[in-house]
Amino acid sequence: MTEFLSLHDAIAAYVPDGSTVALEGFTHLIPFAAGHEIVRQRKRDLTLVRMTPDLIYDQLIGMGCARKLVFSWGGNPGVGSLHRLRDAVEHAWPRPLEIEEHSHAAMAAAYAAGAAGLPCAILRGYAGSDLVAHNANIRSVECPFTGEKLAAVPAIRPDVGIVHAQRADRAGNVLIEGITGVQKEVVLAARDAIVTVEEIVDDLRAPSPNSTVLPSWTITAIAEAPGGARPSYAHGYYARDNAFYIAWDTISRDRDTFTRWMRDHVLASSSVEAVA
Amino acid sequence: MSDVAAARTDAGYTSAEMMAIAAARLLRNDDVCFVGIGAPSLACNLARLTHAPDITLIYESGTVGARPDVLPLSIGDPELCETARTTVSVPEMFAYWLQGGRISVGFLGGAQLDRFANINSSVIGPYDKPKVRLPGGGGAPEIAALCKQTYVVMAQTRRSFVNRVDFVTSFGFGEGGDHRQRLGIKTAGPTLVITDLCVMRPDPATKELVVSALHPGVTREQVTEHTGWPVRFADPLDETPSPTDAELSTLRDLQRRTAEAHARGVGRGVGPGQTPRAQLEGSDPLARQEPAVIPSERSESRDLHPGSAA
Repeated sequence: MTEFLSLHDAIAAYVPDGSTVALEGFTHLIPFAAGHEIVRQRKRDLTLVRMTPDLIYDQLIGMGCARKLVFSWGGNPGVGSLHRLRDAVEHAWPRPLEIEEHSHAAMAAAYAAGAAGLPCAILRGYAGSDLVAHNANIRSVECPFTGEKLAAVPAIRPDVGIVHAQRADRAGNVLIEGITGVQKEVVLAARDAIVTVEEIVDDLRAPSPNSTVLPSWTITAIAEAPGGARPSYAHGYYARDNAFYIAWDTISRDRDTFTRWMRDHVLASSSVEAVA
Repeated sequence: MSDVAAARTDAGYTSAEMMAIAAARLLRNDDVCFVGIGAPSLACNLARLTHAPDITLIYESGTVGARPDVLPLSIGDPELCETARTTVSVPEMFAYWLQGGRISVGFLGGAQLDRFANINSSVIGPYDKPKVRLPGGGGAPEIAALCKQTYVVMAQTRRSFVNRVDFVTSFGFGEGGDHRQRLGIKTAGPTLVITDLCVMRPDPATKELVVSALHPGVTREQVTEHTGWPVRFADPLDETPSPTDAELSTLRDLQRRTAEAHARGVGRGVGPGQTPRAQLEGSDPLARQEPAVIPSERSESRDLHPGSAA
């Protein structure tokens, strides 16, 4: 059964050094507050899994939290590079970063396989792509019925999956609305699942019988974190801060400017202040 | 200034605008289109706002039938979900809709394109020791293989249009000929490449890209100069019709609305109680407004039309 924790305590309890962590949210509902708490607690040697590393992994990588990155598209959407990711791959700063690169279709299928308890995902993928030669986890199987050669990738089963959602009720059931990405899959695929929410309410107000609701017994810990997806967005709560995504290009381009920004805006605040 | 450039100044549009308009014209009202961010998104929405009002635009974030009023900065902007007919999960998007064969046209761009329309969006230089680490493939490897056909939209330079890509992220025609069929790929692949100078199509037999039309005012010499292989021209060679007033005004209205919308926002990047606005001084958000799928290969307006591009 899910427990309600402060964000600090949830990260301290379930994100040990060296663990495999997937913070998901496809452009929408990216769990920035949780990522910042991981930075503040100086977690190290993490294997970070995420389809689109986005600014949050740029920050974690630049702060030296990651040993390895598993991803499928590593840019600043509509803006350009993730400069901290590039610096780590091209110049091993602040430390070497091992990468395991996939396509979106394969990672999405790998999360679904993880949720389904399967050892691998099968897809019609990677045809002719050089990615196959550079990632030992992209292999192939033959369909036993038709003989068709299909791509196979291992299921993603993170030690801990972290997502942000609109709200939880007091029993710990969680509602996710809008672009749901792979959030449901990562919660069901992970050994432990942490969900940060905009608010905790008496009545979940699920708008439809088909709403995406994660029952409390699928979630390890819930932490209230209003604004916890900024500068990403929370459908029905606040808009995507596109101006910040554009500004990040300048902030992150230079190591010192980046480090100063993180010190002033992430390290200097506590998770308690951030939700005050 | 060349006579060509002077003539284009009078024409009153940029080469980037010509590229977007030429790409938009290729889309049909009944197309179901898988849309990438940047030049593809601009062309697809321009088509929707001009001759193809019922076109179905699908973004990989799961939004099916999006009708955004402004161009999204990211593949998952709120605008897409709010205007879509339905929003599905990302595993469903790739499994049922793309792999399921529901998409008629995929739009792609990249950092490098080669003479057999293979696309590199992964690395410049060796993979393990890259000179430039690019964002990567995202949805593109499967878009390239599973849409019924794909169109590539890319600004053309000698650096980006190369004889052979450093890395095949998304397979076009491989080494040419029947290479797609030999890999068991059943779709048509990249049937059109639209640049800011011309339109290219694959030769029916060899699959090498051949220039089929020049945009108005562009010469064969300019295309040759901006292509990294000895490019061939179709005979007869077509000329792309000039943009109409309606196409230009719709395009510019869309880009103006988009620039205004993207400049909005608090620009602080962290939760409540933080006001690092001062940190952002010196950055110039609008300077980075142009669509940029690939950071090192921004599609800037070429100096064919210096007056109008200023």
